Amino acid sequence: MTQSTRTASALRASPALLFLVALVAAAVAAPALAPFAADAVDLANRRAAPSGTHWFGTDELGRDVLTRVLTGARVSLAIGLLSAIASAGVGTLVGSVAGMSRGWLDDLLMRVTDAMLAIPRLPLLMLAAAVVQPGIPALIVLVALTGWMETARVVRADVLSLSSREFIQAAHAMGATPTRVLVRHLLPAVVPTLSVATTLAIGRAILLESTMSFFGVGVQPPTASWGNMLYQAQSTMSSEPWLAVFPGLFIFATVLACNVVGDSLGHVPRRQTA
Amino acid sequence: MRLVTRRLLQSIPLLLLVSVVVFSLLQAVPGGPLAAYLENPNVRPEDIARLRAAMGLDAPAGVQYVRWLSAFVRGDWGYSYADGRPVLDRVLERIPATLELVLGSTLLALLIAVPAGIAAATRARVDGMLRVFTTAGVSLPVFWLGLVLQLVFAITLGWLPSSGRQSFGDTGLADRLTHLVLPTLVLAVVQGAAWTRYLRRSMRDTLDLPYVRAARLRGLSERRLVWRHALPNALGPFVTVVLLDAAMLASGAVVTESVFAWPGVGSLFTEALVKRDYPVLMAFLMLGAFAVVTLNLAADLLAQRLDPRSRDHAATGA
Repeated sequence: MTQSTRTASALRASPALLFLVALVAAAVAAPALAPFAADAVDLANRRAAPSGTHWFGTDELGRDVLTRVLTGARVSLAIGLLSAIASAGVGTLVGSVAGMSRGWLDDLLMRVTDAMLAIPRLPLLMLAAAVVQPGIPALIVLVALTGWMETARVVRADVLSLSSREFIQAAHAMGATPTRVLVRHLLPAVVPTLSVATTLAIGRAILLESTMSFFGVGVQPPTASWGNMLYQAQSTMSSEPWLAVFPGLFIFATVLACNVVGDSLGHVPRRQTA
Repeated sequence: MRLVTRRLLQSIPLLLLVSVVVFSLLQAVPGGPLAAYLENPNVRPEDIARLRAAMGLDAPAGVQYVRWLSAFVRGDWGYSYADGRPVLDRVLERIPATLELVLGSTLLALLIAVPAGIAAATRARVDGMLRVFTTAGVSLPVFWLGLVLQLVFAITLGWLPSSGRQSFGDTGLADRLTHLVLPTLVLAVVQGAAWTRYLRRSMRDTLDLPYVRAARLRGLSERRLVWRHALPNALGPFVTVVLLDAAMLASGAVVTESVFAWPGVGSLFTEALVKRDYPVLMAFLMLGAFAVVTLNLAADLLAQRLDPRSRDHAATGA
C-alpha cells in the first residue's frame, strides 16, 4: 500500500473517530447535556413535531426525543462496546487455545465454533432473549456469547501461521512455557487482527441490540435504547415520522462510524508473515 | 468424490451439535415447553401434570432429546402451540414466500454487486464514490431502512403497497410484483453493498498477482486483462461468499418479513416468538442451520470445481 492511500484512509477515518468520541462523551454527559429530564412526561406537549424547544420532537407521552436519544445512547453504546470486548475475549481464548493445542482439543473447539456459526445469529438471540428476558447486563452476555466465533477463527489462523515462525520456535527452544509463548509472543502479534474484528463487532452488536429491542425482546421500556424507541414508533409512523427517523439515524451513523474506523484499521499494512 | 463423502459425513455431527444447542436452550425455559400454560390461571396444576406426562416431559432430558431427535428426522416436528397444526405443515406453507423474497433480492443484489464491484476495482474515480455507498449500505439497520422506505414510497408518495404479499382478491402478477419491490429492495441494498465490497477486494487482489502483471507487460489491453484474466479467478471466492450469505439471509428475512408483513418463514418465526410457540421456533432454527450447512457444502464443492488448484490438494489429501 502506498503512503498516499494510507494517509487517505486515515483522513477518512478521523471524522468517524471524532464522531464516536463525541457520541461517547455526549452519552456519558447525557444527564447534564440533555435539555429535559430523562423521563419527564409532558402531557400538554404530546406528539409535538420537531421545533426550537424540542429539536427532535416529542413522543406519545410528551417525552423529549432528543433527551431520549441521548440517554438511549448510554444503553446502546454500552451494549455495543462491552459485548464486543467480551466476545473478543472469548474469541481470543478459544482461538489461541485451539491454535496452540492442535489435536483433539483444536478439533472439538472448531466443531463447536462451526455449530455456533451455523445457527442464524439474530433468530437465536431473539429466542434466547425471549427465554431469559434479560436485563442489560444479561443482554450484553447474550450478544457476546453469539459473536465470538469469527474472532476465534481469525485468531486461530494467526496463531497457526505464527507458530511456524522462527521467533516463536526460538522462544519454545529457549524453554518458554506455552503460556509465556502465548502471552508474550503470540497475543501481541494478533492485536492488529483483533482490533479490526473488535471494531467491526461493536457496530454489529449495536445493530443486533437495536433489532432485538425493535422486536420487543431486547432492552425493555421505560429504559430508552435506540432500538426500543423505534419499536414504539413503528405504529405511529405515518403521523409522527420523527419518532422513527432520529433514533434510526443515530444507529446508522454510529454503525457507519465503527465500520469506517474498522476499515481504516484493516488498511494498516501488517507485518509480512511469509 | 471422496471429498463430497467426507464433507457430508462431517456435516452430520455438526447438525447434531446444533440440535443439542437448540434443544438445551428450550430446556432452559423456566417452566419448560409448558410455560405458556403455567401463566394461564385457567389451567389447573393437575392438568399441567397430565400434559407433562402425556407429552413425555417427565422423562430425563437425555431421553427427551433422543425422542425429539428421532421424531424430527422422521419429519414429525410436533404440533404448534398456537393453532395445534403440525409444525411441518406450518413451515412448508410459508417457504414459497420466503424463497420468492430471498431469490428476488439475491438476484437484484448480484445485478448491483457484479458491475459495481468490477468498476470499483478498476476505476479509481468510481471506487471513491462507490465506497461511500457501500460503507453506508453495510451499516444500515435493516428494519429501519424498511421503515423509511415504507414512509417514503408507501405512506408519503403512495407509489407502492406498504406491506403484504398481495392485495385482497386481486392476484394479478403486477399486484404481486409491486408488493415484492420494497422488501426485495431492503434486502438487496444491504446484501448488494456487502458483495460489492467483497468483489472489489477479490478483483484487486487478483489484479495484483504476478500473472496479471505479466500479462499487462506483454501488452494486453486493460479490457482483456480484466474480463479474461482477472475476473474468472476473482469470481471463485466471490461465489463462495454469495452462497454462504444466501443462507444468512435467514436472519435478514426475519426482520424484513416482519416489517413488511410478508407471509414467509421469517414472519412465522416472529409470530411464534410472541406466542412462545417453541416447536415452531425450534424447527425454524434447525431449518436455518440446515440451510447454512447445506450451502456451506455447496460452496466448498463449487469452489473446488472453479479452482483447479484445490482439486489437486484434495486428490493428494493435503
